[in-house]
Amino acid sequence: MLELIVISTLNGVLFGMLLFLLSSGLTVIFSMMGVLNFAHASFYMLGAFFGFQLTKWIGFWPALVLAPLLVGAIGMAVERYGLRNTHKHGHVAELLLTFGLAFAIEEIVSMIWGKSPLDYRVPALLDFPAFTIFSTNYPAYKIFMLAVSVIIFVALLIVLKRTRVGLIVQAALTHPHMVGHLGHNVGRVFMAVFGVGSALAALAGVIAGPALVTQSDMAASLGPILFVVIVFGGLGSLPGAFIASLVIGLVQTFAVALDGSLASAFGPLDPSSGPSVLTDVWNVTIAQVAPIVPYVLLVLILIVRPMGLMGTRET
Amino acid sequence: MSGAVSAAIEVRAVEKRFGNVGIIRDLNLSVAKGERHAIIGPNGAGKSTTFNLISGHIAPTSGEVRLNGDLISGLRPFEINRRGLSRSFQVTNVFARMTVWENVRCAVLWATGHRYAFWKNVDSLPEVRERTAQILDDIHLTHRRDVPAGLLTYAEQRELEIGITIASGATVVMLDEPTAGMSHAETDRAVALIRRLTEGKTLVIVEHDMSVVFGLADRISVLVYGHIITSGTPEEIRRDPKVKEAYLGEEAH
Amino acid sequence: MTTAATSTSKMAAEPAGGLRFYGVWLLGILVLIVLPMIFSSGGSLTSFSLIGIAIVFALSYNILLGQTGLLSFGHAVHYGLGGFAACHMMNAVVSHGWPIPLPFIPLFGGLGGLAFAVIIGWVMTKRAGTVFAMISLGIGELVASSSLILRSVFGGESGITTDRTALPKMLGWSFGPQLQVYYLIAFWLVLSAIAMYALTRTPLGRICNAVRDNPERVQFIGYDPHVVRYIAFCFAGFFAGIAGGLAAINFEIANSAYLGAIQSGLVLFSTFIGGTAFFFGPILGAILVTYLQLGLTNLTTAWQLYFGIIFIGIVMYSPGGIAGLLMMHRPLIRAGTLWTVIPSYLVAVVPTVALACGVILAIETVARFSGGDPINLFGIAFIATSPVTWLTAAILVVGGFFVARLAWRRIAEAWDKAATVARDRGYLA
Ligand SMILES: Nc1ncnc2c1ncn2[C@@H]1O[C@H](COP(=O)(O)OP(=O)(O)OP(=O)(O)O)[C@@H](O)[C@H]1O
Ligand SMILES: [Mg+2]
Repeated sequence: MLELIVISTLNGVLFGMLLFLLSSGLTVIFSMMGVLNFAHASFYMLGAFFGFQLTKWIGFWPALVLAPLLVGAIGMAVERYGLRNTHKHGHVAELLLTFGLAFAIEEIVSMIWGKSPLDYRVPALLDFPAFTIFSTNYPAYKIFMLAVSVIIFVALLIVLKRTRVGLIVQAALTHPHMVGHLGHNVGRVFMAVFGVGSALAALAGVIAGPALVTQSDMAASLGPILFVVIVFGGLGSLPGAFIASLVIGLVQTFAVALDGSLASAFGPLDPSSGPSVLTDVWNVTIAQVAPIVPYVLLVLILIVRPMGLMGTRET
Repeated sequence: MSGAVSAAIEVRAVEKRFGNVGIIRDLNLSVAKGERHAIIGPNGAGKSTTFNLISGHIAPTSGEVRLNGDLISGLRPFEINRRGLSRSFQVTNVFARMTVWENVRCAVLWATGHRYAFWKNVDSLPEVRERTAQILDDIHLTHRRDVPAGLLTYAEQRELEIGITIASGATVVMLDEPTAGMSHAETDRAVALIRRLTEGKTLVIVEHDMSVVFGLADRISVLVYGHIITSGTPEEIRRDPKVKEAYLGEEAH
Repeated sequence: MTTAATSTSKMAAEPAGGLRFYGVWLLGILVLIVLPMIFSSGGSLTSFSLIGIAIVFALSYNILLGQTGLLSFGHAVHYGLGGFAACHMMNAVVSHGWPIPLPFIPLFGGLGGLAFAVIIGWVMTKRAGTVFAMISLGIGELVASSSLILRSVFGGESGITTDRTALPKMLGWSFGPQLQVYYLIAFWLVLSAIAMYALTRTPLGRICNAVRDNPERVQFIGYDPHVVRYIAFCFAGFFAGIAGGLAAINFEIANSAYLGAIQSGLVLFSTFIGGTAFFFGPILGAILVTYLQLGLTNLTTAWQLYFGIIFIGIVMYSPGGIAGLLMMHRPLIRAGTLWTVIPSYLVAVVPTVALACGVILAIETVARFSGGDPINLFGIAFIATSPVTWLTAAILVVGGFFVARLAWRRIAEAWDKAATVARDRGYLA
């Protein structure tokens, strides 16, 4: 039991940090530009697929740098040629544009790489157990993922607190209407922020690819969870996104790891009652419920705190 | 409610802080029924914030607001509106994609009792149609009735703003700088309009144009740094040295 | 285009009621009746049935998006629950021997969709805008995943099947043949469309528009925007449920795909491509998208990508959708200046088609690179692995793009001129 708790906590924090790599970019983009980038998870997916392809061609380490750069460039192009032209039609149009983009990216990816999972391997250098707790070997690659996420996290903190761009971003987080006063620079800042956000998402994709499944539906399955994270944390709040990422990462990891059901806890129902909603609920395992846990959390937070954990914004 | 004749609007010891900045400090204001009351004061004094506090757009940090003797602070804007208080906005705030006609008609619907009705044809409600037509006529926009509000000229939008505000037939009308940005001729026309449309009603108006203020108001309150420094008839205000110093003085320079 | 904003205007007051108004509706009904007599093959009957269902669904979606300004990514939830409600109702009618004939079943679908909207809607519509969009997505995922857990209600992966012919007959119709199902769908389509149109003309309908345009100001004319959004949400859920019920009757099955993200995405595409600012927009969109979907699936594996591209194009260049594009021309027709823009349209056709062909060729090249039939474009066969194909595609895309851009600029200029004249003549604000 203790073993399960330790391992799941590690995995949960890891998943949470990955989520934060994505949700931080999404939050900053949303705060500055008012656009919720539906295609953010698609950039994550592109990162994984580019990572896979580049690893095949030039090896994992160059891919780790190159894939995020490529995706960052794509992100900048999307901002420059897509969003900027759509801005005049309002935020709904911008959201729809990124929705269409997410849809198109998924199709393009499955057209090129097919719909089945890719054989994206952990690099040989990191393919060993880092340590053994109880009887479980904890893979070094996961430690590597955790390290990358933490490094990026710290780097982000430093950039936000110490640099000029960071100050602008922070100002935008607290006073969104101030962004307009950036003057003629505003376009460049937006493009840069969008590019960096996309690149971070792609980096998450490159490192998550070998550990999770690299498949053309990975964006569609992660995207909704990502949106839960930022609504749960409070739209536009970076600390909120951080807490929500960890909470959802941990909750979901624990749910998957736990195998109990009401039936196993309290014994099976009287078999003569026949199948009903009650038997369904009684027999379902926690692991089976895991996919819906984030959404249940979403509904709960909306009832209790419609602004999200740390949100202050109306819309 | 209260046995004595209660004021239309009674603001008592209202404070409003944004973060730790006190924007409104110990605000007291009393507007009698049927009175035309102007609030004047320098830019950023908190006039629009006062409007927001009274109309329920924002809640006061402390203090209370009464409408015809009933406590309304803490109620939401639509609840206050349903009790007969209607306000306009300093920055035009209309329904941009809907036509002028639709804009005014929407403002008529609640007061005529049609509320959320989904079983009535909105085009065949005679009293709604007549009232809408009357208001369009009043604000001189009948010829523009089928134009989307977003495509009106600035002055026309200001007139529509007034039309939407008075459409519900509220007994207490609050107008926030209705003539701002208008030409002389447009201002004169708007003032005549306001005078006529608020006949027999209580009017609270924020206005920078002193000729408008002194021509229209029965009483004037001077707001400086979130506090009303004095209230009185136009004559009293004109003579008040505090006002000269705080407000009119600036104009004189 | 600069004139897009004016496309929603209803210039030069027209008699709203009257012969023309009812004429359009009567014509629509007539077309629905006559259609299967002209195209009577099984395939076309199936297509018409699907299109009818899609129209009801898209119109219900537009109550949210076009009327109230609520962007939902989970509208299929109500459609799917309507489908399940209808299936369960049909099975219950059969097993209990209730005297309820099939034509009443879609009503129960509607109630299914409505019930869920009533329960979840109050929380969902607390906030509009982006937050509502995200919540609708989350609720959609929640319901879709839950449907796989609650097997006794949703039948797991395989879904719930039913037999529409086992219900009591009505007027001697068994509803076995597709033709009879088509007329059933057409009947409900007319009924729902009239009801939804009527809804736009009620006090509630108009206040929905006001909430869409300016939820803040609505509060100062006596309305609670939350309540308005909630009621609109319930209506949308009800009509989506009817569409789902019709689908359940048509397919004799309801499964978890009904309430999934793809279905939600398709209805958004249909509605937006058709145009949200006009009542008939979603009808056009549903016809087009369903027709393309049925036609393209046989031709190419990348059909969803084409939807994505069309959708992105519409979002970027014509957010009023097809209906918006069409209605832009009304003031020009009235002012008699339409003919001045037609020539530039004709000039633009050639490079635009070239560009489209180039894009199609490029996409199909990628799609069929590792095997597949040759690409057949206007009777010319292209091999995906051949450099000739690549070169052709590249020339068409690049060349087409630059020439088309010039041509589009000419259209914009011609438009501005025509619009100025129309404005001078008082047909345009
Ligand atoms: N939501 C808010 N948050 C923080 N500060 C605010 C907010 N609303 C208003 N203020 C501040 O309160 C002060 C008063 O603003 P208000 O708009 O009420 O002034 P005003 O008297 O109407 O001025 P004007 O004549 O320019 O319209 C200003 O300094 C403004 O910056
Ligand atoms: Mg003001």
